[in-house]
Amino acid sequence: MTHVGYLMAGWSISVAAVLAYASWVLLRGRSLSRRVPENRRRWMMPDD
Amino acid sequence: MSTATTSSPATTSSRATKVLGWLTLVGFAVLVALAFAWVPEDTRITEQGDVVGQFDAVRLMFVHVPSAILAYTGFGLTFLASLAYLRWRTDWWDIMAHSSAEIGVLFGVLTLVTGSIWGRPTWQTWWEWGDVRLVTTLVMVLVFIGYLAVRRIPADAAVQARRSAVIALVGAVNIVIVNRSVDWWENRTLHQQSTLIARKIRDETLFTLSFSFAVGMVLFVWLLLHRFRLAYLERQIEQIEVNEALAERRAEADLADDEREQP
Repeated sequence: MTHVGYLMAGWSISVAAVLAYASWVLLRGRSLSRRVPENRRRWMMPDD
Repeated sequence: MSTATTSSPATTSSRATKVLGWLTLVGFAVLVALAFAWVPEDTRITEQGDVVGQFDAVRLMFVHVPSAILAYTGFGLTFLASLAYLRWRTDWWDIMAHSSAEIGVLFGVLTLVTGSIWGRPTWQTWWEWGDVRLVTTLVMVLVFIGYLAVRRIPADAAVQARRSAVIALVGAVNIVIVNRSVDWWENRTLHQQSTLIARKIRDETLFTLSFSFAVGMVLFVWLLLHRFRLAYLERQIEQIEVNEALAERRAEADLADDEREQP
């Protein structure tokens, strides 16, 4: 396989950036959800 | 400041986001398999018998092109939501504009980074200031970073939303310029014109590229749902805090009245 370094860099940067952003959104969402009453979170569902 | 708490687990997840999340993960695993095991390397044989092409670097297409499409989608949605906000003035549209702009910026930055990485083995350069597609994409991303920065300036919510919506409408003009730049200034870009429309790519590559768009779109919707709910929660907390502060002031005022009335 040619250009392995470029391939690794391009794919891993993309995956890492999306994972980092998604984790931030999920963790912040989890933390803020605890501070809002259930009736104000209409998408709320029990974690099973 | 402490606000209301609930005993049940709290997240921005729902059944829909769980399904989309799993679809994204499975789709991404299939995409990696297609991109690295099925799609052949890009080679052509010239009239002189030389083998030329991008070789395996072509596999960067499956992260770079979907990133660009998702950036367009994010900024396009910001444009539509901003337009809708200016028409109906509801929080829902303002939150939608904000959320999609943030996701657009994420994929816009990834477009520039992966494009630069792909450009090095293909064009022997990381960046070319004379390339209209590169420069207009950079301007588009910078405008929407500015949009997000403006949203952080403390202001009355309605003023902030209106100001941001106007910036989004102006910034969105650039989406068309970026997209059409390779046709309008074809001598001033290293980018080729659309190979999709001209059907100049192999079937395996075309299928995998289309599949990467589909996975990207599912990821986009998943991120948008979570980001929208996060922004919604932020507003709910602001409202709760304002209500609590008002209740405290009222209680203080009542106490002061009671003390005055007592001899």
